Amino acid sequence: MRPAVRCFGLAAPLLLAASVAHGIEQGEPRSGIAFASPETRAMQADDTANPGLFWVLDGEQLWAKREGAAQKSCGDCHGAASASMKGIAARYPAFDDKTGQAVDLTGRINLCRTRHQQATPLPHEGKEMLALTAFVGFQSRGLPMAPPADPRLAPARAQGEALFTQRMGQLDLSCANCHEANWQGRLGGSPITQGQSNAYPLYRLEWQGLGSLQRRMRACMVGVRAEPFDYGAPEFVALEAFLATRAKGLPVETPGVRP
Amino acid sequence: MRRFVLLTALLLAGPSFDAQAVATSYEIEGDAIAEPLTGHEGDAERGAALVADRTLSLCVLCHSGLVAPVHMQGNLAPSLAGIGGRLTPGQIRLRVVDMKRLNPDSLMPVYGGVAPGARVAGPWQGKAILTADEIEDIVAYLVSLKG
Repeated sequence: MRPAVRCFGLAAPLLLAASVAHGIEQGEPRSGIAFASPETRAMQADDTANPGLFWVLDGEQLWAKREGAAQKSCGDCHGAASASMKGIAARYPAFDDKTGQAVDLTGRINLCRTRHQQATPLPHEGKEMLALTAFVGFQSRGLPMAPPADPRLAPARAQGEALFTQRMGQLDLSCANCHEANWQGRLGGSPITQGQSNAYPLYRLEWQGLGSLQRRMRACMVGVRAEPFDYGAPEFVALEAFLATRAKGLPVETPGVRP
Repeated sequence: MRRFVLLTALLLAGPSFDAQAVATSYEIEGDAIAEPLTGHEGDAERGAALVADRTLSLCVLCHSGLVAPVHMQGNLAPSLAGIGGRLTPGQIRLRVVDMKRLNPDSLMPVYGGVAPGARVAGPWQGKAILTADEIEDIVAYLVSLKG
Protein backbone atom coordinates (compact mmCIF):
# COMPACT_ATOMS: atom_id res chain seq x y z
CA MET A 1 0.00 0.00 0.00
CA ARG A 2 2.67 2.45 1.02
CA PRO A 3 4.77 2.20 -2.20
CA ALA A 4 1.66 2.92 -4.24
CA VAL A 5 1.02 6.07 -2.24
CA ARG A 6 4.63 7.13 -2.68
CA CYS A 7 4.37 6.54 -6.44
CA PHE A 8 1.33 8.75 -6.63
CA GLY A 9 3.18 11.44 -4.72
CA LEU A 10 5.93 11.38 -7.31
CA ALA A 11 3.57 11.23 -10.24
CA ALA A 12 1.38 14.11 -9.14
CA PRO A 13 3.71 16.95 -10.23
CA LEU A 14 4.17 15.25 -13.60
CA LEU A 15 0.42 14.98 -14.07
CA LEU A 16 0.05 18.62 -13.13
CA ALA A 17 2.68 19.60 -15.68
CA ALA A 18 0.91 17.56 -18.34
CA SER A 19 -2.40 19.20 -17.57
CA VAL A 20 -0.87 22.65 -17.81
CA ALA A 21 0.72 21.81 -21.15
CA HIS A 22 -2.25 20.17 -22.82
CA GLY A 23 -5.23 20.43 -20.54
CA ILE A 24 -5.83 16.77 -21.34
CA GLU A 25 -3.98 14.22 -19.26
CA GLN A 26 -4.38 11.22 -21.52
CA GLY A 27 -3.03 11.61 -25.02
CA GLU A 28 -3.63 14.39 -27.48
CA PRO A 29 -6.48 16.85 -27.68
CA ARG A 30 -9.36 15.48 -29.72
CA SER A 31 -11.84 17.61 -31.62
CA GLY A 32 -15.53 17.22 -30.91
CA ILE A 33 -16.00 16.06 -34.50
CA ALA A 34 -14.24 12.80 -33.57
CA PHE A 35 -17.17 11.99 -31.27
CA ALA A 36 -19.87 12.77 -33.84
CA SER A 37 -21.75 10.28 -35.99
CA PRO A 38 -20.55 9.51 -39.54
CA GLU A 39 -23.53 11.51 -40.87
CA THR A 40 -22.58 14.61 -38.88
CA ARG A 41 -18.93 14.27 -39.88
CA ALA A 42 -19.95 14.01 -43.54
CA MET A 43 -22.16 17.10 -43.22
CA GLN A 44 -19.27 19.15 -41.82
CA ALA A 45 -16.82 17.93 -44.44
CA ASP A 46 -19.00 18.71 -47.47
CA ASP A 47 -19.30 22.44 -48.19
CA THR A 48 -22.49 21.86 -50.14
CA ALA A 49 -24.06 20.13 -47.10
CA ASN A 50 -22.55 22.15 -44.23
CA PRO A 51 -25.22 24.72 -43.26
CA GLY A 52 -22.53 26.91 -41.64
CA LEU A 53 -21.38 27.90 -45.11
CA PHE A 54 -24.47 30.10 -45.45
CA TRP A 55 -23.15 32.25 -42.60
CA VAL A 56 -19.70 32.28 -44.20
CA LEU A 57 -21.22 33.59 -47.44
CA ASP A 58 -23.19 36.23 -45.54
CA GLY A 59 -19.99 37.20 -43.76
CA GLU A 60 -18.22 37.67 -47.07
CA GLN A 61 -20.89 40.20 -48.06
CA LEU A 62 -20.62 42.00 -44.72
CA TRP A 63 -16.82 42.13 -45.03
CA ALA A 64 -17.25 44.37 -48.07
CA LYS A 65 -20.12 46.48 -46.71
CA ARG A 66 -19.35 50.09 -45.73
CA GLU A 67 -20.52 50.77 -42.19
CA GLY A 68 -20.80 53.51 -39.62
CA ALA A 69 -20.09 57.23 -39.74
CA ALA A 70 -16.67 56.48 -41.25
CA GLN A 71 -18.31 54.57 -44.11
CA LYS A 72 -15.52 52.03 -44.13
CA SER A 73 -15.76 48.31 -44.78
CA CYS A 74 -13.59 45.67 -43.16
CA GLY A 75 -11.96 45.20 -46.55
CA ASP A 76 -11.13 48.91 -46.88
CA CYS A 77 -8.53 48.46 -44.12
CA HIS A 78 -7.76 44.73 -44.19
CA GLY A 79 -7.93 44.03 -47.92
CA ALA A 80 -8.72 40.52 -49.05
CA ALA A 81 -9.69 38.38 -46.06
CA SER A 82 -8.23 35.28 -47.72
CA ALA A 83 -4.80 36.83 -47.14
CA SER A 84 -5.17 39.18 -44.17
CA MET A 85 -7.39 36.94 -42.02
CA LYS A 86 -5.60 33.66 -42.70
CA GLY A 87 -4.52 32.24 -39.33
CA ILE A 88 -6.11 35.01 -37.28
CA ALA A 89 -8.88 32.93 -35.70
CA ALA A 90 -6.31 30.23 -34.88
CA ARG A 91 -4.48 32.76 -32.68
CA TYR A 92 -7.45 34.30 -30.87
CA PRO A 93 -8.16 35.40 -28.16
CA ALA A 94 -5.38 37.98 -28.35
CA PHE A 95 -4.27 40.87 -26.15
CA ASP A 96 -5.66 44.32 -26.92
CA ASP A 97 -3.17 47.07 -26.12
CA LYS A 98 -5.66 49.89 -25.70
CA THR A 99 -7.96 48.15 -23.23
CA GLY A 100 -5.15 46.12 -21.65
CA GLN A 101 -7.34 43.04 -21.79
CA ALA A 102 -7.71 39.78 -23.66
CA VAL A 103 -10.17 40.07 -26.52
CA ASP A 104 -11.85 37.37 -28.56
CA LEU A 105 -12.74 37.57 -32.23
CA THR A 106 -16.23 38.85 -31.49
CA GLY A 107 -14.79 41.53 -29.22
CA ARG A 108 -12.20 42.49 -31.82
CA ILE A 109 -14.81 42.91 -34.54
CA ASN A 110 -16.81 45.18 -32.27
CA LEU A 111 -13.66 47.16 -31.37
CA CYS A 112 -13.05 47.61 -35.09
CA ARG A 113 -16.60 48.80 -35.54
CA THR A 114 -16.43 51.39 -32.76
CA ARG A 115 -12.83 52.54 -33.31
CA HIS A 116 -12.50 52.50 -37.06
CA GLN A 117 -15.96 52.34 -38.60
CA GLN A 118 -17.57 54.56 -35.96
CA ALA A 119 -20.45 52.12 -35.97
CA THR A 120 -22.45 50.59 -33.14
CA PRO A 121 -21.32 47.20 -31.77
CA LEU A 122 -23.14 44.19 -33.17
CA PRO A 123 -25.17 42.00 -30.79
CA HIS A 124 -23.03 39.04 -29.71
CA GLU A 125 -25.27 36.27 -30.97
CA GLY A 126 -26.94 38.14 -33.81
CA LYS A 127 -26.87 36.96 -37.42
CA GLU A 128 -24.37 39.60 -38.56
CA MET A 129 -21.78 38.94 -35.84
CA LEU A 130 -22.06 35.19 -36.34
CA ALA A 131 -21.65 35.67 -40.08
CA LEU A 132 -18.55 37.82 -39.65
CA THR A 133 -16.90 35.50 -37.10
CA ALA A 134 -17.76 32.50 -39.29
CA PHE A 135 -16.23 34.24 -42.33
CA VAL A 136 -13.07 35.28 -40.48
CA GLY A 137 -12.78 31.86 -38.82
CA PHE A 138 -13.23 30.17 -42.20
CA GLN A 139 -10.02 31.82 -43.44
CA SER A 140 -8.12 29.69 -40.89
CA ARG A 141 -9.90 26.43 -41.65
CA GLY A 142 -7.43 23.55 -41.57
CA LEU A 143 -4.72 25.54 -39.81
CA PRO A 144 -3.66 24.37 -36.34
CA MET A 145 -4.89 26.29 -33.31
CA ALA A 146 -1.85 28.39 -32.42
CA PRO A 147 -2.39 30.46 -29.25
CA PRO A 148 0.36 33.10 -29.15
CA ALA A 149 3.20 32.97 -26.63
CA ASP A 150 2.13 36.35 -25.27
CA PRO A 151 2.80 36.66 -21.52
CA ARG A 152 0.19 39.43 -21.30
CA LEU A 153 -2.44 36.72 -21.91
CA ALA A 154 -1.26 34.72 -18.90
CA PRO A 155 -3.65 36.29 -16.36
CA ALA A 156 -6.68 35.65 -18.60
CA ARG A 157 -5.58 32.08 -19.27
CA ALA A 158 -5.06 31.47 -15.55
CA GLN A 159 -8.48 32.93 -14.77
CA GLY A 160 -9.99 30.76 -17.49
CA GLU A 161 -8.39 27.62 -16.10
CA ALA A 162 -9.62 28.48 -12.60
CA LEU A 163 -13.16 28.91 -13.96
CA PHE A 164 -12.84 25.69 -15.94
CA THR A 165 -12.13 23.75 -12.76
CA GLN A 166 -14.58 25.58 -10.48
CA ARG A 167 -17.63 23.60 -9.44
CA MET A 168 -20.78 25.55 -10.24
CA GLY A 169 -24.51 25.50 -9.92
CA GLN A 170 -26.96 23.42 -7.96
CA LEU A 171 -25.44 20.31 -9.55
CA ASP A 172 -22.01 21.45 -8.32
CA LEU A 173 -20.07 20.44 -11.43
CA SER A 174 -17.07 22.05 -13.13
CA CYS A 175 -16.28 22.03 -16.84
CA ALA A 176 -13.31 19.80 -15.95
CA ASN A 177 -15.48 17.24 -14.13
CA CYS A 178 -16.91 16.22 -17.50
CA HIS A 179 -14.64 17.54 -20.26
CA GLU A 180 -11.30 16.78 -18.58
CA ALA A 181 -11.95 13.78 -16.32
CA ASN A 182 -14.78 12.05 -18.18
CA TRP A 183 -14.57 13.04 -21.84
CA GLN A 184 -14.56 9.39 -22.87
CA GLY A 185 -17.83 8.79 -21.03
CA ARG A 186 -21.45 9.25 -21.94
CA LEU A 187 -23.93 11.59 -20.27
CA GLY A 188 -27.47 10.32 -20.68
CA GLY A 189 -26.35 8.35 -23.72
CA SER A 190 -24.53 11.22 -25.47
CA PRO A 191 -20.74 11.41 -25.85
CA ILE A 192 -19.28 14.04 -23.52
CA THR A 193 -16.25 15.13 -25.64
CA GLN A 194 -13.29 17.20 -24.50
CA GLY A 195 -15.13 20.48 -24.99
CA GLN A 196 -12.60 21.75 -27.52
CA SER A 197 -12.98 25.20 -29.03
CA ASN A 198 -11.55 24.69 -32.53
CA ALA A 199 -14.77 24.65 -34.61
CA TYR A 200 -16.66 27.79 -33.49
CA PRO A 201 -18.84 29.40 -34.46
CA LEU A 202 -20.51 26.13 -35.40
CA TYR A 203 -23.81 24.81 -36.66
CA ARG A 204 -25.56 22.71 -34.03
CA LEU A 205 -28.40 20.53 -35.27
CA GLU A 206 -30.06 20.94 -31.87
CA TRP A 207 -30.04 24.73 -32.37
CA GLN A 208 -31.00 24.61 -36.04
CA GLY A 209 -28.53 27.42 -36.38
CA LEU A 210 -25.02 28.75 -35.94
CA GLY A 211 -23.84 29.66 -32.46
CA SER A 212 -20.77 30.90 -30.66
CA LEU A 213 -18.59 29.14 -28.12
CA GLN A 214 -20.12 31.40 -25.48
CA ARG A 215 -23.60 30.18 -26.39
CA ARG A 216 -22.35 26.64 -25.90
CA MET A 217 -20.78 27.47 -22.55
CA ARG A 218 -23.96 29.19 -21.41
CA ALA A 219 -25.89 26.03 -22.25
CA CYS A 220 -23.58 23.97 -20.03
CA MET A 221 -23.88 26.50 -17.20
CA VAL A 222 -27.66 26.41 -17.41
CA GLY A 223 -27.42 22.62 -17.46
CA VAL A 224 -25.65 22.53 -14.11
CA ARG A 225 -28.17 25.09 -12.86
CA ALA A 226 -25.65 27.92 -12.58
CA GLU A 227 -26.25 31.57 -13.48
CA PRO A 228 -24.49 31.90 -16.84
CA PHE A 229 -22.06 34.74 -17.50
CA ASP A 230 -23.33 37.43 -19.85
CA TYR A 231 -22.31 37.35 -23.50
CA GLY A 232 -18.97 39.09 -23.83
CA ALA A 233 -18.19 38.89 -20.10
CA PRO A 234 -14.47 38.91 -19.21
CA GLU A 235 -14.99 35.49 -17.60
CA PHE A 236 -16.04 34.02 -20.96
CA VAL A 237 -13.10 35.63 -22.76
CA ALA A 238 -10.81 34.19 -20.06
CA LEU A 239 -12.33 30.74 -20.58
CA GLU A 240 -11.85 31.11 -24.33
CA ALA A 241 -8.22 32.11 -23.78
CA PHE A 242 -7.63 29.00 -21.66
CA LEU A 243 -9.52 26.74 -24.08
CA ALA A 244 -7.37 27.97 -26.96
CA THR A 245 -4.22 26.80 -25.16
CA ARG A 246 -5.90 23.48 -24.52
CA ALA A 247 -6.86 23.11 -28.19
CA LYS A 248 -3.35 23.96 -29.43
CA GLY A 249 -2.57 21.96 -32.57
CA LEU A 250 -6.14 20.96 -33.40
CA PRO A 251 -7.18 22.12 -36.86
CA VAL A 252 -9.62 25.01 -37.06
CA GLU A 253 -12.91 23.56 -38.38
CA THR A 254 -14.97 26.74 -38.61
CA PRO A 255 -17.81 26.38 -39.37
CA GLY A 256 -18.08 23.06 -37.55
CA VAL A 257 -21.20 20.90 -37.44
CA ARG A 258 -22.28 19.18 -34.21
CA PRO A 259 -25.35 17.25 -33.07
CA MET B 1 -23.46 10.05 15.92
CA ARG B 2 -23.86 13.51 14.47
CA ARG B 3 -26.78 15.69 13.55
CA PHE B 4 -26.94 17.85 10.43
CA VAL B 5 -29.32 20.43 9.16
CA LEU B 6 -30.77 19.02 5.96
CA LEU B 7 -32.60 21.94 4.47
CA THR B 8 -32.98 25.61 5.06
CA ALA B 9 -35.30 25.96 2.10
CA LEU B 10 -38.27 25.30 4.37
CA LEU B 11 -37.50 28.43 6.35
CA LEU B 12 -36.64 30.54 3.32
CA ALA B 13 -39.59 29.59 1.20
CA GLY B 14 -42.23 30.68 3.66
CA PRO B 15 -45.71 29.38 4.31
CA SER B 16 -46.43 28.26 0.74
CA PHE B 17 -43.76 25.58 1.06
CA ASP B 18 -45.10 22.11 1.84
CA ALA B 19 -43.88 21.34 5.33
CA GLN B 20 -44.49 17.63 4.76
CA ALA B 21 -42.08 17.55 1.84
CA VAL B 22 -38.84 18.11 3.70
CA ALA B 23 -37.02 16.79 6.70
CA THR B 24 -35.15 19.29 8.79
CA SER B 25 -32.42 17.00 10.08
CA TYR B 26 -31.08 13.49 9.91
CA GLU B 27 -28.61 11.31 11.80
CA ILE B 28 -25.64 9.65 10.19
CA GLU B 29 -24.27 6.43 11.65
CA GLY B 30 -21.17 5.15 9.92
CA ASP B 31 -21.91 5.48 6.20
CA ALA B 32 -25.67 5.34 6.54
CA ILE B 33 -28.80 7.27 7.49
CA ALA B 34 -30.80 4.51 9.12
CA GLU B 35 -34.12 6.31 9.57
CA PRO B 36 -36.30 7.56 6.70
CA LEU B 37 -36.10 11.34 6.38
CA THR B 38 -39.88 11.55 6.44
CA GLY B 39 -40.39 9.11 9.29
CA HIS B 40 -41.86 6.48 6.95
CA GLU B 41 -40.83 4.32 4.00
CA GLY B 42 -41.22 5.77 0.50
CA ASP B 43 -43.17 4.42 -2.46
CA ALA B 44 -41.01 2.28 -4.78
CA GLU B 45 -43.33 2.77 -7.76
CA ARG B 46 -43.10 6.54 -7.54
CA GLY B 47 -39.36 6.12 -7.02
CA ALA B 48 -39.02 4.17 -10.26
CA ALA B 49 -40.70 6.99 -12.16
CA LEU B 50 -38.52 9.60 -10.47
CA VAL B 51 -35.31 7.71 -11.21
CA ALA B 52 -36.22 7.58 -14.90
CA ASP B 53 -36.92 11.34 -15.00
CA ARG B 54 -34.05 12.93 -16.91
CA THR B 55 -34.78 16.47 -15.78
CA LEU B 56 -35.85 16.08 -12.14
CA SER B 57 -33.74 13.34 -10.56
CA LEU B 58 -31.18 13.22 -13.41
CA CYS B 59 -30.08 9.73 -12.15
CA VAL B 60 -29.96 8.09 -15.58
CA LEU B 61 -27.73 10.82 -17.00
CA CYS B 62 -24.85 9.15 -15.12
CA HIS B 63 -26.05 5.72 -13.89
CA SER B 64 -26.94 2.61 -15.85
CA GLY B 65 -28.87 -0.41 -14.55
CA LEU B 66 -32.12 1.50 -14.12
CA VAL B 67 -35.47 1.52 -15.86
CA ALA B 68 -34.60 3.95 -18.70
CA PRO B 69 -33.78 2.76 -22.24
CA VAL B 70 -30.14 1.67 -22.38
CA HIS B 71 -29.24 4.08 -25.17
CA MET B 72 -30.30 7.01 -22.99
CA GLN B 73 -28.28 6.03 -19.94
CA GLY B 74 -24.94 7.46 -18.95
CA ASN B 75 -21.86 5.60 -17.80
CA LEU B 76 -20.19 8.10 -15.48
CA ALA B 77 -21.20 6.33 -12.30
CA PRO B 78 -21.59 2.73 -11.08
CA SER B 79 -24.47 0.64 -12.40
CA LEU B 80 -27.34 0.55 -9.94
CA ALA B 81 -28.49 -2.91 -11.02
CA GLY B 82 -28.82 -5.01 -7.87
CA ILE B 83 -27.87 -2.07 -5.63
CA GLY B 84 -30.46 -3.19 -3.06
CA GLY B 85 -28.52 -6.40 -2.60
CA ARG B 86 -25.18 -4.64 -2.13
CA LEU B 87 -26.08 -1.76 0.19
CA THR B 88 -28.44 -1.42 3.12
CA PRO B 89 -31.37 1.00 2.87
CA GLY B 90 -29.52 3.36 5.22
CA GLN B 91 -26.38 3.27 3.08
CA ILE B 92 -28.41 4.00 -0.05
CA ARG B 93 -30.17 6.86 1.74
CA LEU B 94 -26.95 8.66 2.72
CA ARG B 95 -25.57 8.26 -0.80
CA VAL B 96 -28.64 9.89 -2.33
CA VAL B 97 -28.82 12.61 0.33
CA ASP B 98 -25.13 13.58 0.35
CA MET B 99 -22.64 11.40 -1.52
CA LYS B 100 -19.97 14.06 -1.04
CA ARG B 101 -19.89 13.31 2.68
CA LEU B 102 -18.37 9.94 1.72
CA ASN B 103 -16.34 11.21 -1.24
CA PRO B 104 -15.85 14.97 -1.54
CA ASP B 105 -14.61 14.55 -5.13
CA SER B 106 -17.71 12.66 -6.26
CA LEU B 107 -19.52 13.90 -9.37
CA MET B 108 -22.82 13.15 -7.66
CA PRO B 109 -24.72 16.25 -6.58
CA VAL B 110 -26.02 16.61 -3.05
CA TYR B 111 -29.72 15.76 -3.44
CA GLY B 112 -30.83 16.35 0.11
CA GLY B 113 -29.19 19.65 0.92
CA VAL B 114 -28.27 23.04 -0.41
CA ALA B 115 -25.66 22.95 -3.18
CA PRO B 116 -22.15 24.20 -2.41
CA GLY B 117 -21.55 25.13 -6.07
CA ALA B 118 -20.78 28.69 -7.19
CA ARG B 119 -23.30 30.91 -9.02
CA VAL B 120 -26.37 28.77 -8.30
CA ALA B 121 -29.08 30.11 -10.62
CA GLY B 122 -31.96 32.07 -9.08
CA PRO B 123 -34.72 29.46 -9.19
CA TRP B 124 -32.50 26.91 -7.46
CA GLN B 125 -30.90 29.06 -4.80
CA GLY B 126 -31.29 27.73 -1.27
CA LYS B 127 -33.12 24.67 -2.52
CA ALA B 128 -32.31 21.00 -2.51
CA ILE B 129 -32.60 19.09 -5.79
CA LEU B 130 -35.16 16.69 -4.34
CA THR B 131 -37.58 16.81 -1.43
CA ALA B 132 -37.33 14.33 1.42
CA ASP B 133 -40.44 12.55 0.09
CA GLU B 134 -38.85 12.19 -3.33
CA ILE B 135 -35.62 10.90 -1.81
CA GLU B 136 -37.52 8.29 0.21
CA ASP B 137 -39.42 7.16 -2.90
CA ILE B 138 -36.13 6.74 -4.74
CA VAL B 139 -34.55 4.90 -1.79
CA ALA B 140 -37.54 2.54 -1.68
CA TYR B 141 -37.12 1.79 -5.38
CA LEU B 142 -33.35 1.28 -5.18
CA VAL B 143 -33.75 -1.00 -2.14
CA SER B 144 -36.08 -3.14 -4.27
CA LEU B 145 -33.36 -3.71 -6.88
CA LYS B 146 -31.99 -6.94 -5.49
CA GLY B 147 -30.49 -8.18 -8.76
